[in-house]
Amino acid sequence: MPERSIRNIVSQKEICPGHYQMVIDAPEIAAEAEMGQFLHLKWAAETNSDPLLRRPISFNEIDREHGQLIIVYRVIGRGTKLLSTLEAGDKIDLMGPLGTGFSIPEEKNNFLVVGGGMGIAPLLDLVENLLVADKEVTVLLGAEKKEQLLNLEQYQELNVNLKTATMDGSSGYQGFVTDLLADLTAIEYVYTCGPEVMMATVQEWAQENEIAGQASLEERMGCGTGACLSCVCKIKVETESGWEYQKTCTTGPIFALNEVIFDE
Amino acid sequence: MSNVNLKVDLNGLQLANPVTTASGTFGFGEEYKDYVDLNKLGAVMVKGTTLNPKQGNATPRIAETSSGMLNAIGLQNPGVDYFLKNILPETKQYDFKTIVNISGNTVEDYAKLASKLDESGVAALEINISCPNVKKGGLAFGTQPAMAAGVVEAVRQETDLPLITKLSPNVADITAIAEAVEDAGTDVISLINTLLGMKIDIQQQEPVLANKMGGLSGPAIKPVAVRMVYQVAQAVDVPLIGMGGISNAEDAVEFLLAGADAISIGTANFVNPEVSMEILAGIEDYLVENGYDSVEEIVGKAIK
Ligand SMILES: Cc1cc2nc3c(=O)[nH]c(=O)nc-3n(C[C@H](O)[C@H](O)[C@H](O)COP(=O)(O)OP(=O)(O)OC[C@H]3O[C@@H](n4cnc5c(N)ncnc54)[C@H](O)[C@@H]3O)c2cc1C
Ligand SMILES: Cc1cc2nc3c(=O)[nH]c(=O)nc-3n(C[C@H](O)[C@H](O)[C@H](O)COP(=O)(O)O)c2cc1C
Ligand code: FES
Repeated sequence: MPERSIRNIVSQKEICPGHYQMVIDAPEIAAEAEMGQFLHLKWAAETNSDPLLRRPISFNEIDREHGQLIIVYRVIGRGTKLLSTLEAGDKIDLMGPLGTGFSIPEEKNNFLVVGGGMGIAPLLDLVENLLVADKEVTVLLGAEKKEQLLNLEQYQELNVNLKTATMDGSSGYQGFVTDLLADLTAIEYVYTCGPEVMMATVQEWAQENEIAGQASLEERMGCGTGACLSCVCKIKVETESGWEYQKTCTTGPIFALNEVIFDE
Repeated sequence: MSNVNLKVDLNGLQLANPVTTASGTFGFGEEYKDYVDLNKLGAVMVKGTTLNPKQGNATPRIAETSSGMLNAIGLQNPGVDYFLKNILPETKQYDFKTIVNISGNTVEDYAKLASKLDESGVAALEINISCPNVKKGGLAFGTQPAMAAGVVEAVRQETDLPLITKLSPNVADITAIAEAVEDAGTDVISLINTLLGMKIDIQQQEPVLANKMGGLSGPAIKPVAVRMVYQVAQAVDVPLIGMGGISNAEDAVEFLLAGADAISIGTANFVNPEVSMEILAGIEDYLVENGYDSVEEIVGKAIK
C-alpha cells in the first residue's frame, strides 16, 4: 500500500551538469516498491505553498537490502531546482510507491530495453531484474551527449548487449537511438521510456515486427492517487471511439506499448 | 478526545463534523483510502457527474501557478448510470456522506440527473452551476440570478434530497446569485468554485492548458473565497459550506469565522493527502483552546 511520509535524505550529488542522484532512507517503501513505479514528492516537510504541487519521479534503483530509494532527475524548472538544493540529512516528503510497475513475461527470453534522455533513469532497475530472471538483454540508450547517458558506467558493468547513440557523436552511434533498431534480430519483447517521439518510433518498429512490450509514460500530475484526472493519456480500447483517457498515476505509468496512442 | 461537539446540521443535512472534501479533488473517496480514515470525514463531494459519460479535455489539463493551480479537466466522468451501478455501492461501505456534484448543459440535464439520483441513497446533491448553458450560447448558469434559480427550481421538483447549490465566483455580485438560489429552494449554498484563469508558456508562446483557460484553485484564491463567504453569510439564511484554498486548520477556522457552517478541502489534498484529518484535528484543538463547546459557536463570529 502506498503511504505518505517524511523521510531523510542519505545523499545527493550532481552526476552530470543539471542531473542529480538522490538517495532516500525509506525501508518500508523500498520493501514494497516495484521497478517502474514512482514517488510523488515535495521538497520540504513544512507546508510551503509555492511551488504548490508535488513532483512525480520514478525509482532509478530500489535498494531493499539497505532500505533505500534512489532517484535520478534533471533540473527542469522551479520544483526540480528546489529538489537539487537539498542535502544529506534534509527531509523530503514522499507519497509512494505509486502506479503500476514493469512486469516480465516469463515465457520470453530475448528482451530489448530502449531509453532516451531522462527516460534512461527508470530502466536500470528493470534491466537488473531481467538479468536476475536469466534473460538475454539488449539495451539501447540515447541522449544529446555522452555525459547525459545516465548510469552508463553501471550498464557497462552488466552482462547486457549495450549500444549507445548520441546526437553529437560523443558516444556510440551519432544520431537517434531508434536508428539502431533496424539492426536488431530475435527480440521477443521490448520496454521503452523517454521522449514521446522516441517511444512512438519504438512502437512502430515493434508493431512491424509483431513484438509486444511496455512503455513508461509521463503526464502532468495533481493528486497521484487517481482522484483528479489531470494525468490522463490516450489508450486504445474496444469502444466506439477506439480509445479512452486512462490515468497515468494509477493505471500507469506503465502501459502495454501497442495500446498507447502517441499524438502528433 | 475532547467533549467538543463537532456535529453540524446543514438545514437537515447532518454531518458528523464540518470537514468535507471538494468535488473533483477527491475522486469518489476510495482513491484516498490509503491516506485518510474515510469514516472520519463529514462528507465527500464526488467528481462532477453528468447524464452521459464524458471523456473530458485534451492534456495538459493542469498548470501550476503562484500558490495555486489551473485546471481544465472537462468533467471527465463515467456518467450517472455507471456511478449508481458501480461506484455508489462501494462508497456505501464507509461512514462518510456521499454528496453527488451534478453538472449539465441544459436545465433538463440537471432535472434528469436529480430524478435518477433521488432514491439512490446518496446524502445530498450539490448543483454545479458553473457549467455552460448551451441554450444561452455557453454562458455559465451561475452567472445570472434567473438562470441559476431556474436550475435549482427544476432540480427541486425532482427530488426531496437536500440541495446544495455551488456558486461560481466569476460574477459581479455573488450575493445576488446567492439570494436567487435561496429563493428557488436550495437548502445549502457551497462556495466558491474556481476562478477563471490562464497561463501562457513564454517559450512556446501559447497557453499551457490544451483548453487555453482553466479554473484557478489553491491558496492563491483563499482571500477571495473568504470575502465571498463573508458577504453571502450576511445576505442569506441558508447554511454555507465554504471552500477555496483551505490548506490547514487555521484556514478552515477563518472560513467558519467568516460565516461558513462547514468547509470543503480541494487542492490541498493533492499537496498533502492526509490534510483533511489534520484539519479536522486542528479545528477541534482551536475550539478546545478557545473554550468553545461546539463548532456552531464560532460560525460567523468575525461578521461585524
Ligand atoms: C511517472 C513519472 C515519472 C517521472 N520520472 C522522472 C525521473 O525519474 N527523472 C526525471 O528527471 N523526471 C521524471 N519525470 C518528470 C518530472 O516529473 C518533471 O521533470 C518535473 O515534474 C518538473 O518539475 P519542475 O518544477 O522542475 O518543472 P516545471 O516545468 O516548473 O513544472 C511545472 C509543472 O509541470 C509539471 N511537469 C513539467 N514537466 C513534466 C513532465 N515531464 N512530466 C510530468 N510533469 C511535468 C510539474 O510537475 C509541475 O506541476 C517523471 C514524470 C512522471 C509523470
Ligand atoms: C482538478 C479539479 C477538478 C475540479 N472538479 C470540479 C467538479 O467536477 N465540480 C465542481 O463543482 N468543482 C470542481 N472543482 C472545484 C473544487 O471543488 C473547489 O471548488 C475549488 O477547487 C476551490 O477549492 P480549493 O482551492 O480548495 O481547491 C475542481 C477543482 C480542481 C482543482
Ligand atoms: S494525478 Fe490525479 S488522477 Fe492522476
